Amino acid sequence: MRVGGWRGGVGRALVLAVPYAWLVLFFLVPLLIVGKISLSEMRAGVPPYEPILDFADGALVGVRATLENFALLFEDDLYVGAYFQSVGIALVSTLLCLLIGYPMALGIARARPDRRGPLLLLIILPFWTSFLIRVYAWMGILKDEGLLNGALLWAGVISEPLVILNTDAAVYIGIVYSYLPFMVLPLYATLEKLDPSLLEAAADLGARPWRAFLSVTLPLSLPGVVAGSMLVFVPAVGEYVIPDLLGGGDTQMLGKALWDVFAFSRDWPTAAALAVSMLAALALPIAVFNRLQARLEPEEK
Amino acid sequence: MLARLTRLAAAALAGLAVLPAHAEDKVVNVYNWSDYIAKDTLETFTRETGIKVKYDTYADNEILDTKLSAGKSGYDVVFPSASPFFAAQVKAGMYQPLDVARLPNAAGLDKGVMANLAKVDPGNRFGVPYMMAATGFAYNVDKIGKAMPDAPVDSWAMLFDPAVVSRFKGCGVSLLDTPTEAVPAMQIYRGKDPQVQNADSLAAAMEALTPLRPNYRYVNSERYRADLANGDICLAHGYVGDLVQSRSRAAEAKKKQDIAIVIPKEGALVNIDVMAIPADAPHPEAAHAFINFILRPDVIAGITNEVGYANAVPAAMDKTDPAIAKDPVIFPPAAVQAKLHTPPPPAGRDYDRARSRAWSKFRAAKK
Repeated sequence: MRVGGWRGGVGRALVLAVPYAWLVLFFLVPLLIVGKISLSEMRAGVPPYEPILDFADGALVGVRATLENFALLFEDDLYVGAYFQSVGIALVSTLLCLLIGYPMALGIARARPDRRGPLLLLIILPFWTSFLIRVYAWMGILKDEGLLNGALLWAGVISEPLVILNTDAAVYIGIVYSYLPFMVLPLYATLEKLDPSLLEAAADLGARPWRAFLSVTLPLSLPGVVAGSMLVFVPAVGEYVIPDLLGGGDTQMLGKALWDVFAFSRDWPTAAALAVSMLAALALPIAVFNRLQARLEPEEK
Repeated sequence: MLARLTRLAAAALAGLAVLPAHAEDKVVNVYNWSDYIAKDTLETFTRETGIKVKYDTYADNEILDTKLSAGKSGYDVVFPSASPFFAAQVKAGMYQPLDVARLPNAAGLDKGVMANLAKVDPGNRFGVPYMMAATGFAYNVDKIGKAMPDAPVDSWAMLFDPAVVSRFKGCGVSLLDTPTEAVPAMQIYRGKDPQVQNADSLAAAMEALTPLRPNYRYVNSERYRADLANGDICLAHGYVGDLVQSRSRAAEAKKKQDIAIVIPKEGALVNIDVMAIPADAPHPEAAHAFINFILRPDVIAGITNEVGYANAVPAAMDKTDPAIAKDPVIFPPAAVQAKLHTPPPPAGRDYDRARSRAWSKFRAAKK
């Protein structure tokens, strides 16, 4: 049945126009500008790249675009390596978030309804402090003479302080800590909708609790798993601040690689080429996630 | 990107505001390195001139360079290091010529430093020296003594000899995160000329640096100041002025640390940070007033006293705290000065690219 007709169509178009305008203005236009810079040649000046289009007396007289910047990227395996390391770190972090976040989400979903609100609030509470301050706090916790080592030494668990800060372990701790809420919230949303009578039915049919979890709860919560994983994976791939502050500078992620080209060789065109390639390469795993989600979505209904 | 959009918006606004040039606001937008000015400098300036100061800070030459390259940074006074940054920016036309008539205090600047600066800015047209310091290293006396009692504490070997630096791995070693410092330092340690910049010299320096990477706990240009003062690391490659600040913080800390600063015997780079006015600065008049104020002997002496960097105003010496004026790492004696190198000039595009790539690889080669 059609609702509204002509007026409804205009209303819908207006509502849709807002997010579209937003995307065009703040995603498509900047992306096109970056794409344009990636095809231009470097120079010393403001801005530090040559214009692509040659204008003389208001008429276009020539186009100077080059793919050389993209060729430079694949001169050796530096950026390919950075890509795989970024994806690897993001995947492991996503997995860790899932392992920690799933029991949390399940616990909250199974809690008494009046306790769920406060428990969810505890998940969201860290957002009330600036992200940067929380990462700095981790520096205080993880450093050689920090809180964690102090507590472990005091308890007699270790006799020498553990070196955690400035290692990959610290980077994982930082990423998992920062993105955990993004995993817990969508998981909670799906788990909370789960009909408990399904589990009762499983139990009546003789399934032990773990069996019921594996064949009922887990499959039904897959859309939440995929949504949460996306929310963790995508920002983690491009993470720049956490490796910079907690890592030892050896975590070669794409964000840092991009900054090196941009700053150390003042080479904006190659940096732009790297950014465009990064986006293209990341579209791949994200598309896989998306397909998964699309396939799981109907089962939810 | 977004910077471009902001620029477009700014250009559109500038087109709307057709104000005469002399109706300049009484404001100056200053963009300086962090921890690089005295507590009362800005307040005194505003009290004396009525010009308000909007003050913003950065930690790397690279960040300043990026903002200037994008154009319309909005800053009136900036403090780039003379070489290669200021030199390249002058060539790219990012600054406006200084109006000497509006800088009477510039007459009191040290001729030797000005001559040195003229190498990258012929005729001293675009910048005047602010502060300068060698790049060396500092170490925690107790911790290094425990790790290696006969450590060659006066040499780059502390950072660059595998047999030495590996002894300090446990207590923490840090390196500046910029190839413009680490590569020349390695060249000096190996007895090579740091002014030589070609594919071979780069490969030789990086070949020597890469196997050392596991010994450096981190490669970062900012964190060492606090970490050295707290005793979290025991050896840090750094700018002498920053190391001086770290040393005084360490002496005041709850858990006192004894920090010693070294300009290595093999020689070191010395950086002059200059004051310059971007070509598109919105308040050039106020900018000149600010630079002239900074160059006043009592003002610049106050900054040196607080930040531990040397200035280029000889008349400021008798207003400088004697402990600082006599400190051989801040005002090095002639014998040390003879071994200080001006950083190499901007190299070609290919060298810059190769060096940036080599640096990314070096930083990642920890395992």
